[in-house]
Amino acid sequence: MQIKKSELTKKLKTFTINFGPQHPAAHGVLRLILELTGEVVEKADPHIGLLHRGTEKLIENKNYLQSLPYFDRLDYVSMMAQEHTYSLAVESLCKLKVPVRGQIIRVLFLEITRILNHLLAVGCHAMDVGAMTPFLWAFEEREKLMEFYERVSGARLHASYIRPGGVSSDVPLGFLDDLYFFVLQFKTRIDEFEEMLSSNRIWKERLVDVGIVSAKEAVDWGFSGVMLRGSGLTWDLRKSQPYEMYSALEFDIPTGNTGDCYDRYLIRIEEMRQSLNIISQLLNLIKPGSVRTCSSKETSPFRFEIKNSMESIIHHFKYYSEGFNVPAGEIYSSTEAPKGEFGVYLISDGTERPYRCKIKAPGFGHLQALNFMAKNHMIADIVTIIGTQDIVFGEIDR
Amino acid sequence: MKNLLGLQKFFPKVLLIINKTESIFVILKEHVFFSILVLKKHIGYQFNLLSCISGVDLLGSAYRFAVTYEILSFTFNNRIRIKTYLNETDILVSIIPIFKNANWWEREIWDLYGIFFKGHTDLRRILTDYGFEGYPMRKDFPLQGYIELRYETTKKRIIMEFVELAQEIRVFNFETSW
Repeated sequence: MQIKKSELTKKLKTFTINFGPQHPAAHGVLRLILELTGEVVEKADPHIGLLHRGTEKLIENKNYLQSLPYFDRLDYVSMMAQEHTYSLAVESLCKLKVPVRGQIIRVLFLEITRILNHLLAVGCHAMDVGAMTPFLWAFEEREKLMEFYERVSGARLHASYIRPGGVSSDVPLGFLDDLYFFVLQFKTRIDEFEEMLSSNRIWKERLVDVGIVSAKEAVDWGFSGVMLRGSGLTWDLRKSQPYEMYSALEFDIPTGNTGDCYDRYLIRIEEMRQSLNIISQLLNLIKPGSVRTCSSKETSPFRFEIKNSMESIIHHFKYYSEGFNVPAGEIYSSTEAPKGEFGVYLISDGTERPYRCKIKAPGFGHLQALNFMAKNHMIADIVTIIGTQDIVFGEIDR
Repeated sequence: MKNLLGLQKFFPKVLLIINKTESIFVILKEHVFFSILVLKKHIGYQFNLLSCISGVDLLGSAYRFAVTYEILSFTFNNRIRIKTYLNETDILVSIIPIFKNANWWEREIWDLYGIFFKGHTDLRRILTDYGFEGYPMRKDFPLQGYIELRYETTKKRIIMEFVELAQEIRVFNFETSW
């Protein structure tokens, strides 16, 4: 009996696999349901929420100061950027003004945070793709930066340093000198990264022309931050809607041409250079002064005052126990966090607790475009795309 | 943006608040889809990026929920907030045909508040657990929840049980004399 040729070719249905939630390349607890034909991804359906802690609900039950540490724990690699967004929201409701030194210290730490985040983003991305060394280098540098965190706040990660009204304390003696030395040596470290990766054949084969997003698509999907700039849009909230000191600083916004993963990698590297540039400018600008507003209701009194006035002790006690009342109103404050636009939509009803605190996480918006970015790519490219989106589950799941 | 006032000709607004930092349009829930479409497509506004959609529970007021849309215009470097109020039985029209990324934001509101979006293609729960019941961000949902999970060593598997707290959650909500 002769077998017909048409019977020999079998029509395969798509093959469904489960990726994660325990997978090192999933950057946390991402569960992906992938539909594959062979090795080509037909559909990627991210299941999120495995790290959902109900941050927004918890915030509604805490006072304004107690809510602040939750923001560190959202995106746990760019801690202060989020504290800062929240502080800005509270400040604009309370109409607080931050003194210049406070602003400079804030921006210093925002840029340190940006470097922290991009080091992890590039380092882990490189490791996912197969390069182990840059990851180790990145973490060595991160260690130094986290020491700066530790010196001002006592905590290496969850600092709670930026508070409504300013920062919690002044920088310690010798801090700025050490930061200067860090800036000097870190320039070379970035060069080493680039030497290792930028022209590396494997790195380029894995990243170039993978996950291309056109400018129009990036806007349609509501991208922000590096994901938007990678597609060629010059949009940076630090420039377009400046907050704190940024209008007085000079820095460039790197943008990509093709909108692929390689462009976004280059942007992250360049943004680290720009951050160093900003830090150097600030080190020249910084002058002695107060680091937070002297409004005794909304900020804690200084140690000296507590020692010398009964009134300040009362304020101190009330501030840390009962909290402070924020005038009724609502505000959407957004800043350029390292991952993109981080927004806090805060509604106050005039009491000491937020009535509603919506957290707009950049990663949430990026991850929902994973299906669109990963379509018709190989399964190995999924890892590259997750890496380039710089996914951190703390902020996505909230 | 000054020409926001001109928008009033296009869609019936209930209230327009423009202060120093933000502009808020309060509109009826029937007009949400159309208004956002106008704001996106109109050459004079071009609000072409949706930042986020958030739900608010207003337990105890005339309307149960508020839904706000933060939209951003690159061309004019401006943000606007569309706000609408609705009750438990009301449904909103999904704006996915206008903004693709509304998908997950609407799913999130459906998950946490139970507001139904008509025309949404994939209205599954997103943040809560598989098989979760209830809408946790509603104000009448208790902070500690109803169900807790733990690993039962004798059964060698994870079991679900009702939450039992040794101590009630303490609320320090005292009236102050100053």
